[in-house]
Amino acid sequence: MTARRVLGYGGAVLLAGWILVPIWFVVVGAFSTADAIYGYPLAAWPDWSLESMRFFVTSAGVPEALLSSVIVAVLTGVLTLLLAAPAGYALARFVFPGANAYRLTVLSTRAFPVVVLSIPLAVFFLQWGIYDSVWGVALMHTALALPFVVLMVSAVFAGVPVDLEEAAQVFGCSRSGAFRRAVVPNAAPGLAAAATFAVLLSYNEVFAASILTLQHPTLPVFVLTGLTQAPLPFRYAGALFLLAPAFLFILLIRRRLLGVGGGPTLR
Amino acid sequence: MSDIRLSGITKRYARNAAPAVDDVSLTVRDGEFFVLLGPSGCGKTTLLRTIAGLEQADAGTVHLGEREVTSLPPRRRDIAMVFQGYAVFPHLTVAENIGFGLAMRKAPKREIAEAVEYAAGLVRLDDVLDRYPSALSGGQRQRVAVARAVAVRPSVLLMDEPLSNLDALLRLSFRSDLKALAKELNTTIVYVTHDQVEALSLGDRVAVMRSGEIVQCGRPMEVYDRPVTRFVGGFLGTPPMNLLPVRRAEGGWSVAGQPFTVPPGIADRVTDEVWAGIRAENIEPSTTEVPDALPGRIRLVEPLGSQLLVSATVGGGTAGEENVKLLTPTDFPAGDDAPVWLRVPPERVRWFDPASERALDGADRAGAAVSSG
Repeated sequence: MTARRVLGYGGAVLLAGWILVPIWFVVVGAFSTADAIYGYPLAAWPDWSLESMRFFVTSAGVPEALLSSVIVAVLTGVLTLLLAAPAGYALARFVFPGANAYRLTVLSTRAFPVVVLSIPLAVFFLQWGIYDSVWGVALMHTALALPFVVLMVSAVFAGVPVDLEEAAQVFGCSRSGAFRRAVVPNAAPGLAAAATFAVLLSYNEVFAASILTLQHPTLPVFVLTGLTQAPLPFRYAGALFLLAPAFLFILLIRRRLLGVGGGPTLR
Repeated sequence: MSDIRLSGITKRYARNAAPAVDDVSLTVRDGEFFVLLGPSGCGKTTLLRTIAGLEQADAGTVHLGEREVTSLPPRRRDIAMVFQGYAVFPHLTVAENIGFGLAMRKAPKREIAEAVEYAAGLVRLDDVLDRYPSALSGGQRQRVAVARAVAVRPSVLLMDEPLSNLDALLRLSFRSDLKALAKELNTTIVYVTHDQVEALSLGDRVAVMRSGEIVQCGRPMEVYDRPVTRFVGGFLGTPPMNLLPVRRAEGGWSVAGQPFTVPPGIADRVTDEVWAGIRAENIEPSTTEVPDALPGRIRLVEPLGSQLLVSATVGGGTAGEENVKLLTPTDFPAGDDAPVWLRVPPERVRWFDPASERALDGADRAGAAVSSG
């Protein structure tokens, strides 16, 4: 092995450790009994007790927060896909003046810090009566997810040959019919991956959600606000609850995220 | 079945760009196998897509039979198309692909099943009907695309370079299949290709396109034997037509210093130079001196199996050299650098005006050929 390769692998191991070691301790904590957690030193291998997890999910407020989180995440996924699909399709299929500028503008919305967006939004949401509701948070999360999802979706559509659409038109479909019958079935896996991305972003987002909710927090907000007073088992189990979906989904859609339809965006 | 009448079709992709199709008028007869032939970028595919309705012409009209379809979407034109990349739907089985057109027309299930069976039988796909395209070879996908087009029994069948993605052997066998299929269907077919062999072997008529215009249109052998421009002569045929500059010299005409006969009807119409277009197979070589032959030297011999492709040079010295390619029987005793005498039967020479690059034969100018179709 050359020195270069040693450095390369060493770096990779360091990087992986930097991410995985803390996560491992979260897992250990979440699956240990309270006694084991408070004991010293913390074991490197959990005793696979469900005590902490049970304690977490039955704590007052947790089931409600978990439910809001799930509702907000699903709403975000659906809204994002509904808005991103037409935009991504336009970017993928049509040459129009300013297409590149549009691409950039889509991304540049993320240049505004969430706090700058959230506070005026909170004012509007209060006026519209959707403050502290799943709708308000879902709208905000949709806005956060859209830029990335638009680009992902456009890469997905670009990966579906135009030929297919034209063939569908020749053989009896209208333009929209061709989209429905020739494009959607072939883009579905990629679209699902894009929607999943939005769902995860929403499920793990804490900052905007904490500004836009009060009585009905999402799970990350609930965990965060209780963090200082909560006992250790609660914190470990909560952390695992927040981490797990992201890890599972990314594992499932990893290939689609990296090479969405052979598209140029997310490589 | 119906004829196709295009009138004044012009299409530009960008406002200031040269037109992809430039004022093309054309009639394809009912039941005819019509080939659009030309190099890439000549506008043949654009013209086909205009007939299909996938492209809207900037000017001109399209008639299919008695119906004007100029602004109708593809699905209202009663056409079918075979795409270059096949465009077989990957999410549907072979049977569903073939039946797609009829299913969109809400045909009864039994009718669809019968049409699928008939079309699949025509292209020998009977035993893969339940498979998905990903499990098929390129040649099979191609046949799915053809069957899908045939199944709707269109009045006009359009094909966009359907053989170009197949390997050489498959292309040859599929070409014969396609010709037999066309005979069986007896429908009007417009076929786009850049392969001159395909064009000559398949077409009832061939239109040669260049820079968005139809240069010549006629029966395959007519286009091959009597090209109206130097471009057509060079584009058709393997090897392309030889073009020898014949110059007026003292006491007559000559090619690279060697005397060459120019008939009076041609000599009267040019000043100092004329091009003699000669097909490689029309040159009669001899290893001994014969009268009225161009003396030359063999430079290269390429055996093609059934024939020899011989490259020779004529002339030399101050008058310059001209390269000539000829096809000979395989038993021709051709050796490298051997002397050779090339006789060209005068009636086999196609004369071109060097200035206009047009054939010096008033009877079949491009315009006349197109409108006679």
